[in-house]
Amino acid sequence: MAFLIRTIDFTAAGRELVRDRMVDQASLTIGRAAENDIHLPDLAVEQNHVRLDLAADGTLVAAALGTLGFGLDGRVVTEGSIDPRTGGEIALGAARLAVARESDGNISITIRQVTPDEGKGDALRGFALASVLPSKRAMSWIFAGAIILLLLLVPVGSHLLRAPVKNDPEGKTPGQVVMDAAWSTGDLSLRHHSLEDNCESCHVNAFESVQDETCVSCHKDTADHASMPRQAKGMPALSTGDALQWNIAQSLGKEGPLGCVSCHSEHEGKVRQEPSSEAFCSDCHDNLDSRLTDTKLADAHDFGKAHPQFRPIFYASFGAAKPVRASLDSKPVERSGLKFPHDVHMDARGGAARMAVSLPRYGNPLECKDCHSLNADKIGFKEVKMEDACESCHSLVSGRTASGFSKLRHGDIKDLAEDLSRISTGPRATPASTRTRPGQFGRGGAYAADFGRPVRAYIGLSNALSAGGICTECHIPTRKAGQADLIPVNLPDRFLTSGFFSHDAHKKEECTDCHAADKSKVATDLLIPDLKSCRDCHLGATAVKTKKIVPSSCAMCHSYHVPSGQWSPKGPEPHYQPAAPPPVKTRVAAIAERARK
Amino acid sequence: MASKAAGKATGGTGRFTQDEQRRDSDHVSFLKHRRFRWLWIALGLCGASIAGYLLIDQEPRPNGGSWYGYTLGTIGFALILWLSLLGVRKRKINPGVWSLKAWTSAHVYLGLSLIVIGTLHTGFQIGWNVHTLAYVLMLLVIFTGIYGVWVYATLPQSLSANRKEMTRKQMLEALTAIDRQLESAAQPLGRAEADLVIEALGQDIFAGGPLARLTGSYPGCATARALKSIGGGSEAGARVTALLEKRSEQLAQIRGQLRIRAMLEIWLFIHIPLTIALIAALTAHVISVFFYW
Repeated sequence: MAFLIRTIDFTAAGRELVRDRMVDQASLTIGRAAENDIHLPDLAVEQNHVRLDLAADGTLVAAALGTLGFGLDGRVVTEGSIDPRTGGEIALGAARLAVARESDGNISITIRQVTPDEGKGDALRGFALASVLPSKRAMSWIFAGAIILLLLLVPVGSHLLRAPVKNDPEGKTPGQVVMDAAWSTGDLSLRHHSLEDNCESCHVNAFESVQDETCVSCHKDTADHASMPRQAKGMPALSTGDALQWNIAQSLGKEGPLGCVSCHSEHEGKVRQEPSSEAFCSDCHDNLDSRLTDTKLADAHDFGKAHPQFRPIFYASFGAAKPVRASLDSKPVERSGLKFPHDVHMDARGGAARMAVSLPRYGNPLECKDCHSLNADKIGFKEVKMEDACESCHSLVSGRTASGFSKLRHGDIKDLAEDLSRISTGPRATPASTRTRPGQFGRGGAYAADFGRPVRAYIGLSNALSAGGICTECHIPTRKAGQADLIPVNLPDRFLTSGFFSHDAHKKEECTDCHAADKSKVATDLLIPDLKSCRDCHLGATAVKTKKIVPSSCAMCHSYHVPSGQWSPKGPEPHYQPAAPPPVKTRVAAIAERARK
Repeated sequence: MASKAAGKATGGTGRFTQDEQRRDSDHVSFLKHRRFRWLWIALGLCGASIAGYLLIDQEPRPNGGSWYGYTLGTIGFALILWLSLLGVRKRKINPGVWSLKAWTSAHVYLGLSLIVIGTLHTGFQIGWNVHTLAYVLMLLVIFTGIYGVWVYATLPQSLSANRKEMTRKQMLEALTAIDRQLESAAQPLGRAEADLVIEALGQDIFAGGPLARLTGSYPGCATARALKSIGGGSEAGARVTALLEKRSEQLAQIRGQLRIRAMLEIWLFIHIPLTIALIAALTAHVISVFFYW
């Protein structure tokens, strides 16, 4: 077997020079020295560098003669074998020796010079991931730029360039500031939800916290809890930490602790605003009298432990111009001007009950609701009208008329006098038929006519108004300017006006469970239940909830801005909703609180 | 003598001891730096934040705008700005107390503590807004960072194993050597097969996008295609096939290298741009909060 050694060189003009020579021996030496079979004039090559031996199995064994290795198929080795059928490449300095088997069975070794490196340094960059991805810097600029532009510059720019308009709580005009929805930290409460896309309606000026005047521009009807100076005076001193916080906040333009937003925090989700906790109220109302020495309000901090007796309003004297307010402890006597024994009407076996059973309108003994019906707010009751509630039994029918019955009008003595005089003078209606004979009132006929003083009418009126008369069944007679008269009926629309009591929430109870009406013999009994009876079920917010005990925070009955009921601008929204249970404190917070005490 | 040597090994203030300690510490991972000093500091920070969060009963619900929220937010903001300065610090060679290793250790552990601080700052209020965007970006940056620590700890071994004592340059040279042989071996082939070889030789070694690199799957590989189509019937065909197989093996090694490197480097392509995006989002977050105060 022989080696075909083919040397490929290039002339200066770039022309390829191919020289072939045959070496007929079983091994070859390669090196810089001239005695080698393949002589490579390259300083990077050893004098005697590699020896090639043809092995018995046809492979070519290459071995380094010195300590310096050689390149075999790109790898630096000191020994290796080449299968001439697949071929191989030996690298020595700048020379590349390609080994292959010729078709005649000889092994060809093609020697070619390569220009060093061939730009491999650059090629190595391809290993880095950066070669197939956009640069980090470019991505950073794009992301950061997009965020700053869309989420900062656009909203800020449109806020600065807008022409401020009047507040629009109905949400009919869209917000002028563009893309500020992304700034919202959470949904607005239910009541403010229409302002969701109109941030600038509350956040009027840049870098200025929401101001009270902005709130009040819509909430014109919302009263202050008390005058601001009195509230400030009634507040307990702030703790050092709170004082520091408020100092910082106020120096930055926030309204003080009495500002709207200090209690009404927004962006807390699309929920109803929660009633305040009991502590919020008791902060001031516990020991209020020590700070507001002239206050008429009694201290309160927990319904179950410290709450003053109820002080309903009522008319304390007959015909009084104004009602008075007094504690139930003072055993108040109401002088409404009515005679009304509740017990008689409510006795299921009494005469009133019998009468009611016989009347198709009732059919049963009287119940409270036959006379008393709730207002839409479910707190107070509608005025009891004589015509609706009483007249079925206490009839004022005075005679028959062509179309039915005539009756005395109720409510005004003048009307009564007119109706009574008509009874006395007018012809009585014919009971049998409304038809009259022709000629009854003929010319020259004799007629009954009474042109005298209406004495009978005066007598009738006097009888009706004096003791034992029809009016005094319910009313108290009096004299006014020398004339017989009745004491006007005075009943307040609401007895408890500084809190609200939802009758609707108590509809499972019987009325008489709280109002001792069935035992009340006279109308001067003020049938408002007292504090003690409420405490049968209602204890303070910290009370443990049981089947019977309802933990009750202040907000269950009291509203901050509108004492008699919860503020509601319009619509059938209930004025009262049971207060949410007190927020569940984290266990650690509860322990810490206990520790503070 | 032995006791003297033992004394030297365990302590002492001599120059030798100091040098030994320094040399030892040079081989301590940044994770274990100074006996996990920054891990303990970060844990302390997290513990204090959680304790404060639980102790403060914020009405009506925890909120980034309470005083504690502002405190956590300020700590988080300062931390994020400082953490992002690692890129500046590592380019500045300055030996000193704040070695790059200490800095990196602090970067990792304080960065992890931001998960707690940032989450508590949100008060667990998440929404489609710039505030949550900043939070999510922060989490993404942290999670890519965790991935980065993990791959830096595990992948270099396989990178080294895959190299089989070859440099990257040698891998390319080996491929070039095979290519030169392929070119001469393919001379007897017919047109169709020669075209396949041309295609295989002409294809960029690094062809394939980031996804191909990460998965190691190269469906468009011309060498694989040529290998499939060129039969080993003729002698030339057999030789070309053998060479193509060698080429394919060499490519596999290069691609293995590419894959491991891609996995080592990919996280930085998310970590860095998202950090800058995070700083932008934080700027928008802070300004918007006080703009609409």
